[in-house]
Amino acid sequence: MSTSPETAAAAAPAAEETSGHGDVSVGVKAASGSGEATASATRITPGNALRPEDIALAVSRGTAKPSEDVAEFALRLGDDALILAQRLGHWISRAPELEEDIALGNIALDQLGHARSFLSYAGGALGGDGTARSEDDLAYFRREPEFRSVEIFEIPNGDFAVTIARQFVVSYYQFELYRRLVESTDATLAGIAAKAVKEVDYHRDHSAQWVLRLAQGTEVSREKMIHGFKVVWPYVDELFRDDELTARLAAAGAAVEPSSLRADFDRLTGEVLAAAELEVPKVQPAPGGGRKGLHSEHLGYILAEMQVLAREYPGASW
Amino acid sequence: MTTPEPHAGNVWPIWEVFVRSSRGLSHVHAGSLHAPDAAMALRNARDLYTRRNEGVSIWVVPADAIASSDPDSKGSFFESPQGKDYRHATYYTKSEGVKHL
Repeated sequence: MSTSPETAAAAAPAAEETSGHGDVSVGVKAASGSGEATASATRITPGNALRPEDIALAVSRGTAKPSEDVAEFALRLGDDALILAQRLGHWISRAPELEEDIALGNIALDQLGHARSFLSYAGGALGGDGTARSEDDLAYFRREPEFRSVEIFEIPNGDFAVTIARQFVVSYYQFELYRRLVESTDATLAGIAAKAVKEVDYHRDHSAQWVLRLAQGTEVSREKMIHGFKVVWPYVDELFRDDELTARLAAAGAAVEPSSLRADFDRLTGEVLAAAELEVPKVQPAPGGGRKGLHSEHLGYILAEMQVLAREYPGASW
Repeated sequence: MTTPEPHAGNVWPIWEVFVRSSRGLSHVHAGSLHAPDAAMALRNARDLYTRRNEGVSIWVVPADAIASSDPDSKGSFFESPQGKDYRHATYYTKSEGVKHL
């Protein structure tokens, strides 16, 4: 369907010259994940994971080209991660403690990294006239109806408990999704998922720890955690809705039907909620529509803040 | 001096963080952080001190569990070995015919 991780990896040495990374001598093995044995015992290296730059380069060289369906799917996942990164980034300098500030910032940056990978890849088939679009084209120069993220990612941060509730839901969802995408017949999609799944696994742990502590902390923290889940839960259903695109991709083995993730999601989140002595809120699901470009009133404001600089000064760099 | 510490009950305790950069090396003190309990301290340490691939293992220790030497008694504590070069192997001349030294 597209490039193998090895060809994407072969592109890495050239990227190294321009990326400004220090020692990326082990970066050559990109998606293979087998660099451990060759890494120095004492030197700190950036590691050898598949980077968005590697994907962008493979796309521009034509060694990685998604099908139109895969590109549309990557756009969905990229937009989810991008909007979440923007939302979480808002916590920087505002979290309850310095340590938590950095934790949320880290998670935001992980999500931004996933967004860059997915969008770089999606751009390979979204030029229309056969040309590729860059991650920046897609992030900064699309209009609201062109975004494909679902509503849970754009709901306001609320207080810390609301943010944790959303983070809990989306990280358990993303983990189940990426875990399966590792087996995708599309090698680049599988490569991105293989990198992302480890990071999202940590996001699960982080949010679960907080759910347990807030729910079993003080009376106030428990009340806030219960309220957080009540705010977030209406948007859970939309994550697991199938449509024609996911049906085609599932049939081709490139992706899975979102509905197939639901049982594992319910079981694993249920275990944490039970340990925290919380109940799944009984709420009506929100209508959603983000996959078709129908967004809540919040996305426009997020995009305005995110895109203003790039649109005001096209091509700006610093 | 009679003013109580502000919000003393709401401040997370301090933990000292030790990071091992790779297998075979020992854990080295990396810094400290605030956390409500050991499990969160480990996670905060992961976020604060291993962001650039620095570690393969982390220890966290409650700061108040560490007993430390008194900086003011540096003289009596640490200066005594100075000048006692016979405590170093290099003080001694190698005996003839001893191999592998």
